[in-house]
Amino acid sequence: MTRKQRRSLLIGLCLAVLGVAVALVLFALEDSIVFFYSPSDVAEKKISPGQRFRLGGLVENGSVIRGASTQIEFAVTDTARTIKVTYEGVLPDLFREGQGVVTEGKLGADGVFVADSVLAKHDENYMPAEVADALKKKGVWQGDEGKASKSGGS
Amino acid sequence: MITEIGHFALLLALAVSALQMMAPFGAARHGEAAASRLAVLAAQCQFVLVLIAFLSLTHAFVTSDFSVKNVFDNSHSAKPLVYKISGVWGNHEGSMLLWVLILALFGAGVATFGTNLPDRLRTIVLAVQGAIGLQFFLFIATTSNPFARIDPAPFEGRGLNPILQDPALAIHPPFLYTGYVGFSIAFAFAVAALIDGKIDAVWARWVRPWTLAAWMFLTVGIAMGSWWAYYELGWGGWWFWDPVENASFMPWLAGTALLHSALVMEKRDALKVWTILLAIFTFSLSLLGTFLVRSGVLTSVHAFAVDSARGVFILAIMALVTGGALSLFAWRAPMLRSGGVFAPISREGALILNNLLLTVACAAVLTGTLYPLVLESITGDKISVGPPYFNMTFGPLMIPLLLAVPFGPMLAWKRGDIAAAGQRLYVAAGLAFLAAIGALAMTFRAPWLAPLGIGLGVWLIAGALSETAFRTKLFKAPWTEVWRRAKGLPRSAYGTACAHLGVGLMVIGIVATSAWQSEVIVAMKPGDTTRIGGYSVSFGGVAPRRGPNYQETVGVFKVERAGTPITVLNPSKRLYSAPRQGTTEAGIHAAWRGDLYIVLGDQLKDGTTAMRLYFNPLVRLIWIGALVMFLGGGLSLSDRRLRVGAPRRSRRAVATPAPAE
Repeated sequence: MTRKQRRSLLIGLCLAVLGVAVALVLFALEDSIVFFYSPSDVAEKKISPGQRFRLGGLVENGSVIRGASTQIEFAVTDTARTIKVTYEGVLPDLFREGQGVVTEGKLGADGVFVADSVLAKHDENYMPAEVADALKKKGVWQGDEGKASKSGGS
Repeated sequence: MITEIGHFALLLALAVSALQMMAPFGAARHGEAAASRLAVLAAQCQFVLVLIAFLSLTHAFVTSDFSVKNVFDNSHSAKPLVYKISGVWGNHEGSMLLWVLILALFGAGVATFGTNLPDRLRTIVLAVQGAIGLQFFLFIATTSNPFARIDPAPFEGRGLNPILQDPALAIHPPFLYTGYVGFSIAFAFAVAALIDGKIDAVWARWVRPWTLAAWMFLTVGIAMGSWWAYYELGWGGWWFWDPVENASFMPWLAGTALLHSALVMEKRDALKVWTILLAIFTFSLSLLGTFLVRSGVLTSVHAFAVDSARGVFILAIMALVTGGALSLFAWRAPMLRSGGVFAPISREGALILNNLLLTVACAAVLTGTLYPLVLESITGDKISVGPPYFNMTFGPLMIPLLLAVPFGPMLAWKRGDIAAAGQRLYVAAGLAFLAAIGALAMTFRAPWLAPLGIGLGVWLIAGALSETAFRTKLFKAPWTEVWRRAKGLPRSAYGTACAHLGVGLMVIGIVATSAWQSEVIVAMKPGDTTRIGGYSVSFGGVAPRRGPNYQETVGVFKVERAGTPITVLNPSKRLYSAPRQGTTEAGIHAAWRGDLYIVLGDQLKDGTTAMRLYFNPLVRLIWIGALVMFLGGGLSLSDRRLRVGAPRRSRRAVATPAPAE
């Protein structure tokens, strides 16, 4: 095999592997991207039931209802609209009424969001960026008085 | 006073690094030797100065000097001493100081131990190090000064985030940064080679030990982070494809490719372009990682305090460093003489395949990590790319690589015989097949691809052992000869086998945990029992307890297996006082066959307590595998050949013939 042939083979191999990788990436991206919506987005964009997405906002005060065993119900709000959420499992430590939360799951036919994961992994003043942006858009962002605690790394 | 000395030392270090950067320019006037001496002295001075700065910050933390803003933000007098010290780097400013400390340490290392490097090369390498250091010193001085003061000094600090008050996480940044920053040496060498216009096997012999050391520490750093996340975050998982995790993983992937590429360069003077590009990309990925973590552009569990000014600065540094290096490459690469020829089927060919797959996998991870960012800036949609994407792209790319790994060391340089290599691996293949059948028989449930994964892990382990067996002629020659061969085998051969074996262990652990993890979510009252993973766990209730800076609610769980008591686990929920934050401590029983993992939830109205129990089969193998990889790297590093003309011990360069293999 001449040098040129060897180099062509190498380039061909590189392109082949790259091609496979690109195909995988495109396929995977299409399949597994999860959009983030606030309760208002859900209403405006008319999200259909059964579609998987992330719902974020504030946990509405007084909305947390613990059902039988590990069933929990609460409401997520961006002060304009509210969506009821049901969740089965153990809530993270930093889940609190009036604090920011992001949950992932599907909207049920009855308009209740069935969450399969609840994310609140930060210090108590943490507001997920997406939630903050959504609140800012609605004009109800309460500013940084809680931000003073830049405590520690996480 | 000490803080002021530290602050001054830091600024002096900035000036010294500027001087270090200018050293090569003085060579024209004063000669190479003089320029080199200046660079060496500057590098050593820089290290001492940064060390002084770092120690003075540590002093401020240890004495709880709350007039220093950084100490106020991140420390508390009630914190245990160990965490006061680790709090030094548990925040943005302090960790940047640690970053430049390690950068200066490596620079001083090259300066001190690089006595048999050619003068010009050493000067340029140190100059590049100095340039990088200068940029980071400027960054620290302008946006992230750890020595900023508050007047009047507050009475008490805000405290360190409780989940950081942990031994694994205390040591995680130093290891990680040693890895990240260590790759700056490879980068500096690559840039120096481009500037100098020549690159050869001697250069590679120089780069290898530093790259290997950086890689070893990065491996352990990442593994520690994963282990910490596993037991501390309470989600039973060990890897979340979180952007910050990816930020450390990408340099690792590129660094592994670099390591193997440098190996080819040293042995065969080939793959020069790959090696230089990989050196540039690995360090650029380290910088990208730094950017992602500190700029706040990506929402993540562990992003540092958000500040767009810092983000922009680091982005500017990245543009300068990466852009500059790549432009230099475009300009000077044609000057590099092409190296040794080799057939496609050969060890070089296998290593090219290795480089290719690792680089493409790294690119896939990069795409997934940056895609949300890019999409948001273009369309404004907020999306998240999670584990499903990464599993779908990274996994399939790794599988062909892992299949090829045992073949690599069995192929000869220049022209290899794949049939012969295959013959030597029959036993390994057989063992892998048996393992897959065995796994299938033992579990006999979905996912069905998992036994193949187990087979893959065993293939790697058996392949590594087969390689050593082949080299020592095990079972084919009398024991005395086998022993003689084993003693004469270069340490890097053992290192290779050991590291590849470690990969095999990790693969088994990953497959087992991902495929066969069992999870039970239940609410129990005292006296109830649950079964999971072959254990029967009975709940004994919760009780309150006080810690040094927290209050906790502790659960009692009696664990039995087949009637015999095994252990008592005490998972808890803690409420720290400063800052007021809750954490969950999981109760973990680690055994070889897997971990039993219990997390307490809230107490419910009917007197029961919610909880999650997991059984994670063979999960410890993941971190044991990483440790074995570290050991393998260490074995290679201690090889006499690498110390010839190499930084560890200064010896006169001795020509060592490459062993016939």
